[in-house]
Amino acid sequence: MLHQYRSNGYNIVMDVNSGSIHVVDDVVYDLIELLDSVKGEKNIRNAVSEDLIETLPYEELEDVFSNLLTRYSDEQLREAYDEVCELISQDILFSDDVYEDFVIDFKKRKTVVKALCLHISHDCNLACRYCFAEEGKYHQSRRELMSYEVGKQALDFLVANSGNRHNLEVDFFGGEPLMNFEVVKQLVGYGRSIEEKYDKKFRFTLTTNGVLLNDEILEFANKEMSNLVLSIDGRKEVHDLMRPFRGGQGSYDAIVDKLKKAADSRDQMNYYVRGTFTRNNLDFSEDVKHLAELGFEQISIEPVVAEPTEDYAIREEDIPVILEQYDRLALYLLDRKKRGEGVNFFHFMIDLSGGPCVAKRLSGCGSGTEYLAVTPTGELYPCHQFVGKSEFKLGDVYIGVTNTKVQDEFKLCNVYAKEKCRDCFAKFYCSGGCAANSYNFSGDINGAYDIGCELQKKRVEAAIMMKAAEADMQIDK
Amino acid sequence: MKHIKTLNTRDFKKSMKNGGCGECQTSCQSACKTSCTVGNQTCEKAKK
Repeated sequence: MLHQYRSNGYNIVMDVNSGSIHVVDDVVYDLIELLDSVKGEKNIRNAVSEDLIETLPYEELEDVFSNLLTRYSDEQLREAYDEVCELISQDILFSDDVYEDFVIDFKKRKTVVKALCLHISHDCNLACRYCFAEEGKYHQSRRELMSYEVGKQALDFLVANSGNRHNLEVDFFGGEPLMNFEVVKQLVGYGRSIEEKYDKKFRFTLTTNGVLLNDEILEFANKEMSNLVLSIDGRKEVHDLMRPFRGGQGSYDAIVDKLKKAADSRDQMNYYVRGTFTRNNLDFSEDVKHLAELGFEQISIEPVVAEPTEDYAIREEDIPVILEQYDRLALYLLDRKKRGEGVNFFHFMIDLSGGPCVAKRLSGCGSGTEYLAVTPTGELYPCHQFVGKSEFKLGDVYIGVTNTKVQDEFKLCNVYAKEKCRDCFAKFYCSGGCAANSYNFSGDINGAYDIGCELQKKRVEAAIMMKAAEADMQIDK
Repeated sequence: MKHIKTLNTRDFKKSMKNGGCGECQTSCQSACKTSCTVGNQTCEKAKK
């Protein structure tokens, strides 16, 4: 499968199955497009053996190429075709999809639990309008804090079910985790105390709105938290509209300096300022700029996921505006990089050479198997977004997973189980998307959230274009 | 090559043979919590 697009002056050809990315000139771009359109009729790629792929001689395609002779000379086309054949014979163009059986077998393996989202507090001091956790309550009537005993049992459950996995991830999540900071501290202490005994390493992370951040908490977080996620939406008016206190007043002024201090105290690494954009601020590239100009270097601004009936929900008609914003944002970020003032935008980060193996890329996020959410009372759910949906309750930290029927559905969830993903060029980058979004919008964890897919595809394109541009910058240096 | 510049990418097919160890980060633990992003993650096979 190929995917071709033009962006910011670059002609990009993605050979989806091999993961190869080619930046090409106009003649090759048009030639590949033509070859792709006729590959059903012409056997342009003939795999003789695992190591030998033959291509058709130019002469056998002359009738096909005649369309291009109005734009390019015969000599240009022959030269371009030679180079295209070189890629085909290296199996980095028109390569086959050989992964389906492999991934299905891989998904059937015995899995271990490697990450927990610990809902340390089902309570919050803000009343964010878009909160999927319903201001911390998660569809439940009571506000609750996790006790040390439940948290300790959760860590024991994680260790006991983690097999040979060395790195264990625990995210303190909410609601607002700092409303239960003493238990966070105790649990980190407990985790550290059992690392050596079980040959494990806990990577703790904390997601907070920053309201309660102070020097003591920051010192602790900088010592113990491998990542901090700090919530801020961008410009003050944007933030305050969606992230008010319970009394209705905006929270921007109460948190912005605290977050800046937190980011600086971590040397601008191992954290994200993380915001949400909605229909109210479709010009969200301005919010990323605002955060960059405040001095933040690790930024994530993500589209809201909301019921279509909400006035702030992103609608299909908003997609073109959002795509244009991603283009604009990519240019802004490249410009900063050229000036030596680069910032990371989480959704444009892409690791082309050292990224995950294909098993990881195709097997999904691990929700329900490798990744579980734990409620304040110790119930287990496939992930934080399923918490409170009783039909998805998997068990609890005392008896473990008992709802194996639901777990098995998650276990087999992968790109090839999702009809809409099969022919999508972005499948190796999003891994089939978010199961919760799929469920919420299509009623099936193997369905798709179409708006989310359109935005994801654009982000992959933008991220790859930026890599092409950055490769040029290296050459310029 | 004169017409084509290929970016340095990981060979997906080769990674079938030496991948799948599972030491990499769970995607939702990084920042997102509302989407699934794996392309930005780093392989941690050798980092244990």
